[in-house]
Amino acid sequence: MPIQHLTDSIPATNGRQPTLLVQDLAFHYPDGHEALKGVSLQVAPGEKVALVGPNGAGKSTLMLHLNGLLQGKGVVAVSGLPVEKQNLPLIRSKVGIVFQNPDDQLFSPTVFEDVAFGPLHMGLPEADVRARVARALAQVGMAGFEQRLSHHLSLGQKKRVAIATVLSMDPEILVLDEPSAGLDPRSRRALINLLRDLPQTMLVSTHDMMLVYELFPRTVIMDEGVVVADGATQELLHDAALLEAHGLERPYLVTVTTAG
Amino acid sequence: MHINVFDHYHEQTTAVHRLDPRVKVVVVVLFILSNALLPDGVWLAYALMGLLIWLAARAANLSMGFLVKRSLIVLPFLLAAITIPFTLPGTTILTFHVGQHALSMSDAGLIRFISIMVRSWLSVLAAIGLTATTPFPDLLHALRHLHVPRVLIAIISFMYRYLFVLADEALRLLRARESRSARSLAGKGGGSIWWRAQVAGSMIGQLLLRSLERSDRVYNAMLARGYRGELLTMTTHEMTSRDWWVGATAVTLLLLIQVGGHTFL
Repeated sequence: MPIQHLTDSIPATNGRQPTLLVQDLAFHYPDGHEALKGVSLQVAPGEKVALVGPNGAGKSTLMLHLNGLLQGKGVVAVSGLPVEKQNLPLIRSKVGIVFQNPDDQLFSPTVFEDVAFGPLHMGLPEADVRARVARALAQVGMAGFEQRLSHHLSLGQKKRVAIATVLSMDPEILVLDEPSAGLDPRSRRALINLLRDLPQTMLVSTHDMMLVYELFPRTVIMDEGVVVADGATQELLHDAALLEAHGLERPYLVTVTTAG
Repeated sequence: MHINVFDHYHEQTTAVHRLDPRVKVVVVVLFILSNALLPDGVWLAYALMGLLIWLAARAANLSMGFLVKRSLIVLPFLLAAITIPFTLPGTTILTFHVGQHALSMSDAGLIRFISIMVRSWLSVLAAIGLTATTPFPDLLHALRHLHVPRVLIAIISFMYRYLFVLADEALRLLRARESRSARSLAGKGGGSIWWRAQVAGSMIGQLLLRSLERSDRVYNAMLARGYRGELLTMTTHEMTSRDWWVGATAVTLLLLIQVGGHTFL
C-alpha cells in the first residue's frame, strides 16, 4: 500500500500567501516519458524544505517548472503570482535556482560577471549591481574573488559562487539541486553552515540524508513523478518502511541516536 | 583536474600590463594590419617592427624566448604559402626535378615567400604579447568598448569559458579509455586499427553529445537568471592620459615605419 499522508501534513500558512504553490502539476517529456504525474506542494514563507527521492523521481523536472523553464499541466505560483509566460521575467527574479553542476551555472569568464548577470538582467543601475554582487559574495564567504576566473576555482568554491549568482537577485525562494553532491567533508560543512545562515525560503533537492536531518525541519519525498510523503523530517526519517519503499536510507547516525 | 594550456596571461604589474586593454587591442590590431600592408623585401622595416616587439616585451618583462617558443605552434600554418616561390614569375634561381616534371623557384617568389613568413611571424608574436599581458576578460571588455558585435563577443566569451570544461571532459574520456585498455597475458592487446578508429570516433561523438547537452543546461541557467536574448555586461575601464599617450606614440611609430617601408626602403 503506498503511503500517503498528504493533505493533513501541509503546514498551515497562517492565512499568508504560500511562497510556493504547486497544484496537480503533470508533465511529460517530448519522448513520452511521464516525469510528473500530478504533483502538489506548498511552501510557506521562511520554510526550509528538503526534497528527496530516488534518481528519476522527477525532482529536477519539478525544479525546472518552478521558474517556468518547463511548463506542464497544472498550477505553479510563486507568492501568488502564477508562473505564466507574461510573468516569467518577474518570476525568475523571485525564484533563484542553483543547478547541480556549477560549470553549467557559472558561464561567464569572471566571478564578478557571473554574480552580476542576474541583477543586470533585472535592469538595475550599475551602482546597485555592484552593491548586490559585493553583498552576495560576502554572504557566501567569497568576498575578494570578484576578478577570479571561474574555471580556476575548486568545486566547493564554485558551488558557493553559484549560490551567490542567485542571492544577488534577492530571490524569495532558493531552489537548490543537490548542493552537497561531490563535495569533500570540509566544503560540505561550509555549505551546510551557509545554508543554515541564509534567511531565504528554501527547497533543496538532495540525496544527502544527513544534510536533510541537520538542516530541514520538513521533508518531501517524491517517487515516480508524485509526492509520496510530506511531513516533519524527524517523523519521516524514522519511518523505516517508508524510506525503504522509496529507495532511501535512514542515516546511520539517526539510527544510533534513536536507539541510544 | 585543470587544463591551463589556453591561459597565456602572465600575472605581473608592469607598465604594459597596466595599460588600458583597449589601447593594447587597437595597437596590436594596427600592428598586424600595417605588417600585412608592408611591401615585400623591406627588411629594415621588418627589423623595425621586430624592434617594437622587443621593446614592448622588455617593458612587459616578458622574455623573447617565451614569445618565440609560443609562436612556434603557428609555424606549420605558414607553410600554406609554400607554393609562392614556384608560381610567381621572375628569374629562375633553382630548379627541382621530380620525375619528368621540373619545378623552378623564382627570385621574386622566394623574396615574397620569406617576407610573408617574417611578417606573419611578427604578427603572431604581437598577438602572443597581447594575450600574455592582458587577462582574457579584459580583452573581451576592450572588444565591447570598441563596439565589436555583442554576439561575436558572447561567442568568444563562451568559447573561452567552456574550452577548459571541454578539455577536461576530453581528458576524462581519454583516461577512461586508457584505464580499460588492458592486455591479458594470453591475448594480443590493442585490437585492430579499424576497431581503434571506431572507438576514437565514438569518443568524439560522445564529446559532441555531452557538449550539446551542456549547452542546453547552460542556456537554462541563463534563462533562470533573467536572460531574454541579449547579453548584458558591465565594463569598468577608464582611459587615462598615459593610455592616450602610449596609444598615440605607438600608432605614430607604426605609421612612420609604414610610410618608410613604402617610400625609402
